[in-house]
Amino acid sequence: MPIEVNGKTYETDEEGYLTNIQEWETGVADVMSKEDDLELTDEHWAIIKFLREYYEEYQIAPAVRVLTKAVGKKMGKDKGNSKYLYGLFPYGPAKQACRYAGLPKPTGCV
Amino acid sequence: MAKADFNVPELKQYAEIPAIEPGTMDHSSPFLSKPEFQEPLGFPGELVEGWEEKAIAKLGELLDKYRSLRVYLDACVKCGSCTDKCHYYLGTQDPKNMPVGRQDLLRKVYRRHFTLAGKLFPKLVGAEDLTREVLDDWYSYFHQCSQCRRCSVFCPYGIDTAEISMAAREIMDSIGMGQKYCNEIIGKVYKVGNNLGLPGPALEDTLEGLEEDVEDDTGVAVKYPLDQEGADILLVTPSADFFAEPHVDGLIGYGKVFHEAGVSWTLSSYASEAANFGMFIGSYENMRRVSQRIRKAALDLGVKRIVFGECGHAWRVAYSFLNTLAGPWDFLDPNYPVPQHICEFTYDLLRMGKLRFDRSQNDDMVLTYHDSCNVARASRMGDKPGGQFDIPRAIIKATCNNFYDMDEETIRERTFCCGGGGGLLTDDLMELRVKGAKPRVEALNNLVQEKGVTHMAAICAICKSQFTKVLPFYGMEMDQVVSVHQLVSNAIVLTGQKTEEDEDEEVAEAA
Repeated sequence: MPIEVNGKTYETDEEGYLTNIQEWETGVADVMSKEDDLELTDEHWAIIKFLREYYEEYQIAPAVRVLTKAVGKKMGKDKGNSKYLYGLFPYGPAKQACRYAGLPKPTGCV
Repeated sequence: MAKADFNVPELKQYAEIPAIEPGTMDHSSPFLSKPEFQEPLGFPGELVEGWEEKAIAKLGELLDKYRSLRVYLDACVKCGSCTDKCHYYLGTQDPKNMPVGRQDLLRKVYRRHFTLAGKLFPKLVGAEDLTREVLDDWYSYFHQCSQCRRCSVFCPYGIDTAEISMAAREIMDSIGMGQKYCNEIIGKVYKVGNNLGLPGPALEDTLEGLEEDVEDDTGVAVKYPLDQEGADILLVTPSADFFAEPHVDGLIGYGKVFHEAGVSWTLSSYASEAANFGMFIGSYENMRRVSQRIRKAALDLGVKRIVFGECGHAWRVAYSFLNTLAGPWDFLDPNYPVPQHICEFTYDLLRMGKLRFDRSQNDDMVLTYHDSCNVARASRMGDKPGGQFDIPRAIIKATCNNFYDMDEETIRERTFCCGGGGGLLTDDLMELRVKGAKPRVEALNNLVQEKGVTHMAAICAICKSQFTKVLPFYGMEMDQVVSVHQLVSNAIVLTGQKTEEDEDEEVAEAA
């Protein structure tokens, strides 16, 4: 199912993940979050940015621990936990935040 | 939490056997695999020309290869014993989710082509041709079986629906009709080394982070080594243990136990996966290829022992098939079981009095234990019958003060599947997963009401992820499921560990 972003069309898979991670632009996250009735705040963007940087380096989304630790360091210890992340992304940081960030869906027993 | 676009079953005080409602789940079907996920596994990319004959030929091949399959397809006398035993039937009311209903989907085609009566008088013996409609039914309903084998416990002939589901999936793969979830994942094991696709550097980064966390927490430098040649023990664990919660808390626990035991151990980036989805799709060849990675890693690293982490079906493959798939293991130390379960390892130390626990560290929880299907019904632990039930419970009881078992009809060999096993742990089957979890969640809920139970421990990555996702549909919290070695991790007192009093003193000195 393709999505329209600023007049451009992007291919996505059956589950709504971007087919080509290289094509990502911030508008992709805007369009996807609007479909979920979610308004992206600076806190959301901080997570999305971290996910993309981590993926760039390691070719995989960060493990939950790695993510919560990084968030805790950057935004305060009280935010370094998955409760905070699920508060931001109710469908789960790995699945919802990764999708907005243009990353592939984590597979396996997760 | 995700919103449900289906009715979540209501939990009752007593388990009820619901009336049948034909067709309630005929819309449920997982995403089809794409050619790019099929080919690395040796399967055709899409539905092949002449698939009808090819499917029948494949069924014939499997009947010759597995005597059990022919016996299972012949033996059923329609006694009805299995009809109310499947969690998917109890949660969905669809009669094709009765084990006998599911078996009959394959049995009717078997009868048509492989029995004399079915060839001559098909209508009299319930024999049918393999039409597109039947094939679609196969795809739908053989992906509504988690291969948990609960029905086989109650079948007077011991018919194992799991093997029938595996055979059906293998036939479908052989004609190009694979399931995306399983087949994409097996491809990642071949390419990267694990189900998640975590490359070595990401593993290393994750493990370094864990070492920091544990040292911050305890003051003890517990190591989580990767690719360390010459280590005594190779730990093979599901990649979810690196990635997800509460799995990672279990991995932290394994490391603490190894540390306290004073053994040298290592993980392998090449065999960074215990799971073996080759079993779910019934493919011996793929199961063998996945297992061979463990053999290669063990040889390359020169280890003497292999220990498996908390993963249900991995333990079935390891305990029951590893020697055939990847043996002989004559290069390992014969004084230890090959392979060994992490629970066996911890339990041995426990019995020798080598581990110290402060049970009060788990006093914020009242616990119960979920027997995972593949551990309960397809393997053992320790050297006594029933060890697979008793050993995890003994570990839990050693690490906490509050433990209750769920209704005996729902535990041990009669345990209910979590609802996400057998390659069904995928978002496109969420309705099935939620409904299939009902019997287990019902038993848990009763204990919550009666005994104030707050948490359920498990030793399977699939169970843990499944409950994390489905408990919220039933009004519970995602973090009410925990790893058994998470309890170990919380309660274990490491040699030289900082106690809370030490920390108070440090604060006082600093002030």
